[in-house]
Parts: sequence; structure tokens; C-alpha cells
Amino acid sequence: MASSITASATAAPTAPAALSGRRRLRLPFSPWHLVLIPATIVLIFPFVWLLITSIETPSEALHFPPILIPHRIDFENYPAALNAAPFGRFFLNSAVVAVTTVVANLVFCSLAGYAFARYRFLGRGLLFGVCMTTLMVPFQVTMIPQYLITKWIGVNLLGWAGLNEIGALIVPNAATAFGIFFLRQFFRTLPIEYEEAARVDGAHRLTVLWRIVLPLSGPALSTLAALTFVDSWNSFLWPLIAINKTNEMTLPLGLATFQSAHTTEWTLLMAGNVMSLIPMMIIFFAAQRYFVRSVAATGLSGI
Amino acid sequence: MALALARELGEESGLRRQRRRGRRASPGRPTRGKPGEQIAAWAFLTPGVVLVMLFGVAPVIWSAVMSFQRNNLFSPNTPFVGLANYRQMLHDPIVGQAIEHTIVYTALFVPGTMLVGLFLGVAMNRPLKFISVYRTAAYATIAISTISEALVFIWLFDPSYGIVNYLFSLAHIPQQQFLSSPSEALYVIVIMTIWGWTGFAVVVYLAALQGIPQVLTEAAAIDGAGRWATFRRITLPLLSPASLFLAVWLTINALQLFDEVYFSTSGGPLNSTTVLVYYLYEQAFGGANFNFGYASAIAYFLFIIIIVFTAIQFRIGRRFVHYRS
Repeated sequence: MASSITASATAAPTAPAALSGRRRLRLPFSPWHLVLIPATIVLIFPFVWLLITSIETPSEALHFPPILIPHRIDFENYPAALNAAPFGRFFLNSAVVAVTTVVANLVFCSLAGYAFARYRFLGRGLLFGVCMTTLMVPFQVTMIPQYLITKWIGVNLLGWAGLNEIGALIVPNAATAFGIFFLRQFFRTLPIEYEEAARVDGAHRLTVLWRIVLPLSGPALSTLAALTFVDSWNSFLWPLIAINKTNEMTLPLGLATFQSAHTTEWTLLMAGNVMSLIPMMIIFFAAQRYFVRSVAATGLSGI
Repeated sequence: MALALARELGEESGLRRQRRRGRRASPGRPTRGKPGEQIAAWAFLTPGVVLVMLFGVAPVIWSAVMSFQRNNLFSPNTPFVGLANYRQMLHDPIVGQAIEHTIVYTALFVPGTMLVGLFLGVAMNRPLKFISVYRTAAYATIAISTISEALVFIWLFDPSYGIVNYLFSLAHIPQQQFLSSPSEALYVIVIMTIWGWTGFAVVVYLAALQGIPQVLTEAAAIDGAGRWATFRRITLPLLSPASLFLAVWLTINALQLFDEVYFSTSGGPLNSTTVLVYYLYEQAFGGANFNFGYASAIAYFLFIIIIVFTAIQFRIGRRFVHYRS
């Protein structure tokens, strides 16, 4: 698992310049900057333009040619956007859904993954195989039954997990086949001796998992947490189907609804967009290492 | 501290047991389950497995059944109609268009993202000044949600006030309608999604590049290979597992394109961006349709396409992918 992508890269080969003896134009800096600077500008321009529009007045935003540097910084779009849609509430909903989903996944997937990794019981192979068949299935296949099941649960079983409740965004994703598989694979790479020793000394099975296995599983748990968090935070199709009430919407769905009510008020829309982006950006950069590692891990363990 | 203790205990008892039995138990295959072990295993499994069964396994079976039914949210009975839903797909002109759009989109998006990711990954895999600034700029696109991304790009590509049309006017290119034009909308969606996936592709390629031992590229240089030859003959083959992964992963995601289409064009104009998942959503939940039977048939068709594409890519991949053992 590439753990040090953020660390500085290994030195590029320097031999050829000296060996080939070819005369070349000497720049005071690496020529790669000439490629990377424009590429970076293209990559971050949408973010910059988003910020600029959000602090312009509507007449500035609808000016053509566009005004690249606003005459004065005007934050009024932010309170206006907050008045037009409850972004605070959307943020709170997103946070509750994402955090609960992550915690639930860590608990349920470690328990199940550990049982699949270490216990022998009747039907282990069959049960594991059945769970794993869902790994390949796209969400669109399960979406309609999931809608009907959630509706049924809300009416007959748990009101808070029915349609139009944020519980509906948590419960169906509280444990995933991917999480169980991912942690099982990791637990199997741990040396079993520590666990056996603790068992011999009379430790309860849960104690073994909690005090010995999980502390050794930091990288796997943080990877699963980062993947689950991004998935949950940015998920759109399922909330779109399951939630119809403004106060229960998450940020992407709230932003989409906000846009359809204010289609051409670009300054307002961009202020709303900035507010829905900022929390995830902060979380991402604070824990960049884990998010980057989780993506790299998907790539390296995937195939 | 508990860990240190456990390690000490572990080593000690492991040795003791090894002496006693003469061999170590292989990991993942503990001794045969006693009744207590069976109960404990099931206690551990129940929450996770019940959830996966309820929201993963059962829906897969249920939607397969539904695809053979005339199923509507409001009608009380759901008669079996055999292959009628699948036959309806054959005669539905919009399904044909949706398949075409999905394939055109995938054929542009997947190679496009891979090329951008490979280029930036190679460029960023060196100890330059400000390299972490460049990398962070690329990674930032991982954090943005599809809806935020689409909203920014709708604004950038706005026909009247967008900055892209302004740049076009500077370059004396005629003004374009972009997302409002049936012949351009799909390509704008390709561009916005490539931008949105750049960070992902860069991370995967950077991780793979950093796994390549420098000795190999240095040896090639000493043997007189130029930079391009080294890249072409050494680096690229060693990146092939990452390339195969990206091709498969991006294709699976491209075939499931929905958010950007729903948000920026609603499948229009004139159905020019209607892709399979968007049409499926329209049939199931758009307006007051709730054609669950028909939508399930489309979903299963999509599932089969994904399996076929993935299988083909692995087959082709086997010929080109070079695994270091």
C-alpha cells in the first residue's frame, strides 16, 4: 500500500544529461514547471471562479465580458443563500449521516469480518460467498427494492429509518459487503498468535477483537472510514429517491433543490455551492493522507 | 501497553504451543469450532450479515423477479408477464439512444481520464519545488461532490455569461450553446466528469509510479535508452496493472453516469444526454411513472453490460498487463 504518496518523490534520474553530452537549453528551473503550472491553473480554475462569483454582485456576475476581479468583496450572497435554503441544516444532516454510517460500518464490518476471518462455523464459505455476490452489482439494480424495503420499514418497523427520514440514508449503508470483505482480508494477514495467547489467558472474544486485533488494524480501518465517509457525503441518487422533505436533505440534494429554485441567480448559487463544498474540503485536507491512501488502496488491492 | 503485553504473551505462548504441537496453526484456519465458537461467530456476524442480506442480497433477487412482472407502485397486483419488459426495451427508441449515449460517453471519458491521470502522474512524480502544491490541486477534485462539480461547470459553460464563451470570443471562435445544444451537451458532461475524476486517476498512477524501482529506469538510461524509450518500454509496462484497474473502475462508473446528467441537463436537450441510468431513473421515479418492472429490466440489462465490459477488459488486459512477481 503506497503509504507515502504525499511525501516527496524519489529523485528523477539525472544521469542522461551528463552522459549524452547533448547541449540543451538551461533553464533556471525544471522544465516540468512549464507543464505543471498551466495544468494546475486549469485544475483549480473552477474552484477559483466559483469563489469569485460568490463574492460578486449579481450585475457583476451577469456582465459580459466576465469581470475577473470584482471591484469590491461583497459577502452578502452568503446570508442571502442561507435565508433561501437551510444550508446549516443540510450540513448537519450530511454530518450525522456520514459519521453514523462510518461508525456503523467500522463496528459491523469488523465484527463480521473478524468472524469470517477467524471462526469456523457451519456455512461459513456459503454465507461469505452469498454476501460477496453483491460486490459486483451496481446500485441501480438494488435501488428499487431498497426503496420498497425502506418504505416498509418506515411504516411497520422503525419510523426513523423510513422514507423522508435521514435514518433512511444510514440504515441501508450501515454495513456493506465491501467493508466486510476488506476487513476480513486484512484480519487474515495478522499473526494469529496474539489472539490465541489472549484467548488462552481467558480473554473474552470481544476483548481480543477490541484490545488486540483492532489496534493492529489502524491502516485498514482508516482506509475503510475514509472511503465510507466520501461515499456517504457525496452520495446523490439514493437521497434523491428516499428524501423529499427539505429539512431531511443532505448537502448535495439540498444544493440540487436550491439550484432548481434559483436557476439564474448565479451569485446566490455559487455562495450556496461554496458553503456546501467547504466542510468536505476542510475534512479532506485535514486528513488528506488517509483519503489519498484510501484511493491508492482501492487501486492496488482492487486487481 | 495492552499491545506490548499481548505481543509478549503472544510470542511466549506461540513458542510453547509450537513446541507442544510441533507446528503452527495457519492463520485463518483456527481449530475446529466448538459449540461456543459457533454461537460467538453468529453473534459477531448477525448485524452486518443481516444488513447485507436485507439491502444487498434480497434486492438483487427481488429486482430480478420484478423485471418479469408488470409492477407499478400503485397497482395492487403484480402479474408475471414473462419477457415482456425485455421485449419492450428492444422496441423502445429511447433505450437505443440511451445505449448509444452511454457508450459514446464511456469511450471518451475513460481514455480521457486515464491520459490526463497518466500525464499528470508522470509529471508530478519528481522532487520539484512546490510539488505538494501541484499534487494538492489535483487531489482537491476527489473531495468535490458531483453536484457541486456540475453546478460550477454549468456556470463556466453558461451560453450567455460563461467564461468559456468569453475565452472563445478572445480566440475568435463563435459562441456556443454548450449544455443547451443537442450536439454539444454530452461532450461538456465528458469534460466536467474528466475534471472531477482527475484527482482519483492521479493518485492511482502516482502510487503505481512510486512502486517502480528506480534501478530499472536507471539501468535503461545507462544502456543508452532515451527518456521516451525508457518511458515507453519500462515505465508504461510496469504501470499496466494500474492502467487495467483504472480502465475497469472508470468504465464501471461511466456506465452508471447519472448525477451530472440529472443535474445539468435532465437528459436533454432532445434526449441528447439521456444515458441508461438516467432513463431507468425516469422510468422508476421520474414524474409519476413508477414503472418498477420496466426499470428493473433496464437495470439488469445495465448489469449485464457492466459484466461483459469488465470481462472483455480483463481478457484484453491479460495480454498486455505485466505483473512483477
